[in-house]
Amino acid sequence: MKLRNTSAAVAAVALLALTATACGGGSDSGSNGDKITVGIKFDQPGLGLKTPDGKYVGFDVDVARYVAKELGYAEDKINFKQAPSAERENLIKNGDVKFIVASYSINDKRKKEVDFAGPYFLAHQDLLVRADDTSITKVEDLNSKKLCSVTGSTSAQNVRDKLAPKADLQQLGGYSECLTGLQNKRVDALTTDDSILAGYASQKEHQGKFKLAGLRMSDENYGIGLKKGDDELRGKINKALEKMVSDGTWEKLVKEHFGPSGYKYESAPKVQG
Amino acid sequence: MSSVLYDNPGPRAKRRNVLYTVGFLAVLAVLAWWVLSALADKGQLDADKWSPFVTDVRVWTTYLLPGLVETLKAAALSILIALPLGALLGIGRLSDHRWVRVPVGTVVEFFRAIPVLLLMMFASAVYAQFTPVSSDFRPLYAVVTGLVLYNASVIAEVVRAGVLSLPRGQGDAAVALGMRKGQTMLYVLLPQAVTVMLPALVSQLVVIVKDTALGGALLGFPELLSQNRQITANYGANTIATFTVIALIFIAVNFALTTLAGWLERRLRQGRKTAGVTESAVTKTGEAPAEAVSGA
Amino acid sequence: MFDFLDSGQYDLLGAFWVTAQLALYSAIGSLIWGTALAAMRVSPVPLMRSFGTAYVNFVRNTPLTVVIVACSLVLDQTLGVTLGGSDFKEIGFRLAILGLVAYTGTFVCEALRSGINTVPPGQAEAARALGLSFFQVLTLVVLPQAFRAAVTPLANVLIALTKNTTVAAAISAAEAAFLMKEMIENEAQALFTVFAIFAFGFIVLTLPTGLALGWAAKRLAVKR
Repeated sequence: MKLRNTSAAVAAVALLALTATACGGGSDSGSNGDKITVGIKFDQPGLGLKTPDGKYVGFDVDVARYVAKELGYAEDKINFKQAPSAERENLIKNGDVKFIVASYSINDKRKKEVDFAGPYFLAHQDLLVRADDTSITKVEDLNSKKLCSVTGSTSAQNVRDKLAPKADLQQLGGYSECLTGLQNKRVDALTTDDSILAGYASQKEHQGKFKLAGLRMSDENYGIGLKKGDDELRGKINKALEKMVSDGTWEKLVKEHFGPSGYKYESAPKVQG
Repeated sequence: MSSVLYDNPGPRAKRRNVLYTVGFLAVLAVLAWWVLSALADKGQLDADKWSPFVTDVRVWTTYLLPGLVETLKAAALSILIALPLGALLGIGRLSDHRWVRVPVGTVVEFFRAIPVLLLMMFASAVYAQFTPVSSDFRPLYAVVTGLVLYNASVIAEVVRAGVLSLPRGQGDAAVALGMRKGQTMLYVLLPQAVTVMLPALVSQLVVIVKDTALGGALLGFPELLSQNRQITANYGANTIATFTVIALIFIAVNFALTTLAGWLERRLRQGRKTAGVTESAVTKTGEAPAEAVSGA
Repeated sequence: MFDFLDSGQYDLLGAFWVTAQLALYSAIGSLIWGTALAAMRVSPVPLMRSFGTAYVNFVRNTPLTVVIVACSLVLDQTLGVTLGGSDFKEIGFRLAILGLVAYTGTFVCEALRSGINTVPPGQAEAARALGLSFFQVLTLVVLPQAFRAAVTPLANVLIALTKNTTVAAAISAAEAAFLMKEMIENEAQALFTVFAIFAFGFIVLTLPTGLALGWAAKRLAVKR
């Protein structure tokens, strides 16, 4: 008898939980009302990072804020949403976000699925090495080195297919795990876009420990991803980006976010109308 | 049981045991010293890597606790949906009708054979391409779907084993009373089987809690484990510290659940003597009961 | 639809071969480690009993991803343990096996313990009456019967192990899930085909194990 009462209680709780979640199903999508949802990275220092205060900081974040402002959205009307690399095209196609500013390189394969405004930044694949390491000066040096990158990333594929097929490449889940290896001298270099590396190198915990090798092994034009065929939005964003460069904001933001690492960034790329 | 395996130690055995204890302790100590000194040597035990978890309450409020909430939410939804579904599948597999038994059996075996990780990724892709589910909920839906498909088929097997473990006489008696098949199952077999199954079901919940962690890396589901990316990005790549803390939280939650399972098992075993239900399947068939297993 | 498979860019068979090897080596390792753990948990030495219990409770309640990443972060990246591997691919493979053994061993231990519980106390008592030591009682009388009783739960553990190898992708062991992630990244349009291939691959790997061991369980069960 006792057991039957228990099962009834469990069933009641189950029902409650289900209805509660069903009621909580409402959501705000890309351009609902007077708010705008923008995709950024949450875990890349210097570009897009969610801080312990729950705030968002980084170059990409500030670019997103500037563009949103030019589109007529005040800062408190912006809704930031995490855009993991593998999910970016989906987020745009489903209209979950209005646009994405998340170290998003323009390439032909992505262009088939989404449109890009910009570019607003030119990054290169580079290496992060320990500050006292001078043994890597050219790409060929890599073939005898231990490298680390993130599983399945473009940088990892570049190393394996083109740059240094003989290098010993370790692929891990995240950049922080690679940094642990780099710090402990298990790997010689962490490779990905120099903008991302600069973000890590200029963190206060890492200052003076790591440096960029400055090898410029590829060209990565960062664009702002948006829905395919939305030429009106693309035109507006491009105009905002041009204004950002001409009024000096671009220079200011780059200095602010990449300055401490001594990262020699390229000048602002020309927006392709 | 353990006491049956060896005699009460006499003076010589006691001395031998002390010797073993000391030797074992020495091995453990050497291992621990080696690991800790190497960690300290590489600066992994430095205060600034660990202190955020103690001094900075924001690590908990911004990352860890919200992550834990997502983990528990996904686990709770999964078990609530998987339980009735699994019970239905389990009963279906016991059906007298071939056309019910065979397809249900195929479904159960199919989902048991595929890694949960694959199921989650597949569910996510299906939701993204064919449904208007917003991206705020898609990772949760995908994780829950993957977990439900796998765990419902595991629970189906638990239910089936539970019903089969009952003495034949129970079913026969019900038939003799003129009960229909549905009535026999609902009023006689299932209520008794539940007592046999409950501990296994709670253990399965532990598996579900752990498996939510699979949805983090690939689907962007903001569960507990995936929070390590944001924490390590903010606090200078303190990966070892972060993984340790997250592991301890998982262990605490799951340890609570296993303790609950043990308590339930003891309670039910006591109740069983008076309830008149025979001993568990174990001594009947000479076979050990199935352990709950993860299905990544 | 299948044309991307002909390009030779993806080594499907190779990836599943790695998965099969991972599963096989880890299965052997975790059977040994699990038996050792079970022996510790029933041994007369109190410290070993507590160690066995603590180990099982801690490791079994940790997500496998954490166990495997810990192998890589602590053992490889910090302690420099390479297990004799020469490059990261080999080291990742060996560390993944180590992680899987450490994790699966706890499940083997629990399955064996439930198997030990099915052995009637009279068996052990008779063995002790013959003057056998604890070690002899365990290896000659109790464990052989326990293994036969535990075939079904052990089979479930081994099947789960085969599927758990997918988690090894986290430390760049180039097994099936690792390849799948790459293929999804590059061949988004063929999503369903990719999934179908990998699902089929795992069914091929796990179903025969399940059927064979199910048959073995019936054959080996100790009739009492």
